[in-house]
Amino acid sequence: MTINATPTPGAVPLATEGYKPPKATHKARVLPGFSLSLGITLTYLSLIVVLPLAALLARPWEHGLDGVWQTISDPRVLASLRLTFTTSLLAALVNLFAGLIVAWVLTRYEFPGKGLVDALVDLPFALPTAVAGVSLCSMYAANGWVGSLFAPLGIKIAYTPLGIFVALVFVGLPFIVRSVQPVLAEFDAEVEEAAATLGATPLQTTLRVIVPSLAPALLTGFSLAFARAVGEYGSVIFIAGNMPFVSEITPLLIVIKLEEFDYAGAAAIAVAMLSLAFLSLLLVNALQLLLSRRGRA
Amino acid sequence: MTRSVALSRRWLLKGAAAAGLTGSALSLAACGQSGEASAKTLLNVSYDPTRELYVAYNKLFATKVKTPVTVNQSHGGSGKQTTAVIEGLDADIVSLALAHDIDAIAAKGLISADWAKRLPHNSTPYYSTIVFLVRKGNPKAIKDWGDLIKPGIGVITPNPKTSGGARWNYLAAYGWAKTNGQDPAAYIEALYRNVPVLDTGARGSTTTFVQRGQGDVLLAWENEALLALKDSEAKDFEIVYPSLSIRAEPPVAVVDKTVDKKGTRALAEAYVKGLFDDDAQKLVAENFYRPVSEAVAAQFTQTFPQLRLLSVDSDFGGWKKAHADFFAAGAAFDALQVKLNK
Repeated sequence: MTINATPTPGAVPLATEGYKPPKATHKARVLPGFSLSLGITLTYLSLIVVLPLAALLARPWEHGLDGVWQTISDPRVLASLRLTFTTSLLAALVNLFAGLIVAWVLTRYEFPGKGLVDALVDLPFALPTAVAGVSLCSMYAANGWVGSLFAPLGIKIAYTPLGIFVALVFVGLPFIVRSVQPVLAEFDAEVEEAAATLGATPLQTTLRVIVPSLAPALLTGFSLAFARAVGEYGSVIFIAGNMPFVSEITPLLIVIKLEEFDYAGAAAIAVAMLSLAFLSLLLVNALQLLLSRRGRA
Repeated sequence: MTRSVALSRRWLLKGAAAAGLTGSALSLAACGQSGEASAKTLLNVSYDPTRELYVAYNKLFATKVKTPVTVNQSHGGSGKQTTAVIEGLDADIVSLALAHDIDAIAAKGLISADWAKRLPHNSTPYYSTIVFLVRKGNPKAIKDWGDLIKPGIGVITPNPKTSGGARWNYLAAYGWAKTNGQDPAAYIEALYRNVPVLDTGARGSTTTFVQRGQGDVLLAWENEALLALKDSEAKDFEIVYPSLSIRAEPPVAVVDKTVDKKGTRALAEAYVKGLFDDDAQKLVAENFYRPVSEAVAAQFTQTFPQLRLLSVDSDFGGWKKAHADFFAAGAAFDALQVKLNK
């Protein structure tokens, strides 16, 4: 062995005669086609995600860093960012609770028309957002079904930030329900039974056994709903009223910049939005990681 | 044995992927050539309210030319359509809400800079104006621009930043104040103080006013208002003609770059020229646009009352100046919004 270790020129070091190192990659993996599928994955992601985003990042610098800063630090842009992110956050939070309850009812109980209700959850996914905006607006305007109930109380829903919130709740709901539902369905009834035999009340079982194990799924749904709300345009512009500083969302400002043929400005706002959204998602992911580690320990 | 099966499956997959790639590459290549293969197709990129008009005109045009021709239409907000053409939408003809939008396309080199001089009336085959649509019986007694700034009047108009029509509204209001010895800036400020909703387009504003019951008066294109009155459900409204308005001129142009590439120049030029023929002008009037042909206009005096109209060119120094003064980033309208809402 020691003799073989000193390589003679031209020979492959450490390879004893007649021995072939095992091809680890193909035998060891259970699923076939790793190299090919990885290739497709990378190409596909580059074409669909990375390249367009890179193009976006390349666009704002037409007027230099100063131009970008001036665009982003405009009080109107800042006001719209504040509005977009706070209403998105609030809508996602409300959906977190409402969505959990909806998922709970749909997985744990049997009732007539359950299949229909289950299908209804997906409707906000399928509906064109503009249609959602128009129908929400007809419901929540002062002369609509719901709006007319609130109008006597002096509460205006459509054409105020409250209207934006309603639209964002609408588009975000399915994300929470659909990410919690499978986890809840898989949840082992034995664990609940064990908790019960150990003397836990139903409330204790729910709060201390079920909800903690749902937390990662809830967070996933939350971050998806939040991300969707931040980028939402179609349904919001119909119900928002679009008054600058009051009910003007950032995506609308981007469209306004595009109408001015100010592509650099539009891209600058988009990049600011993208960074903020990315930061929020990163935060949620970190939280999720923490929670899942805690769950395992 | 298993190994060879895995291998062959792998090859199969690779082959399929390669075939897929080649297929998409081929279809991409075909995509680039589709223009030449079907030279008898024109694309007219227009703004929202001309839908009905061009459906009618396309039928008329097809009977005028010897070769069979299909004219496709694309409609949307004028600014969005402009962006689409700049970004590569293969339009043979653009018929937009503002000369400013066609100028923007010309600035990118797609249309020759002198496009407005190629056809009569600055390449505008029809025009319209801005009128008031009020609720039946005119409960707030709105007669003229001066009434719009009274407290408690809700004025519905779209956002001039996103809507071509809204810019005409703005200029008409401004022009009225100026001709009537008022401070136009103060008047505009008072007017927009009465605007509760800024929709992104003219159709959106019409919906807000008609369906959602917002506001007391809608500033609308005359053709849109007449169209709305023709609808049975809009019988609860009436049109008020102010003492003065603006000549809103939506121009047309042939997109030089595209027609030269596709070889459709002759056909496209016949299309825009044909808009000025008397039979086309009649169609224009029937679709509630005011015809530029005086002979045809004389037949429609019932539909279109005489009105004092300002013009962008003579009263506002052209679109370039008007845009820079009022609608550009940081110009009068942006400054006003900061003042009103911050």
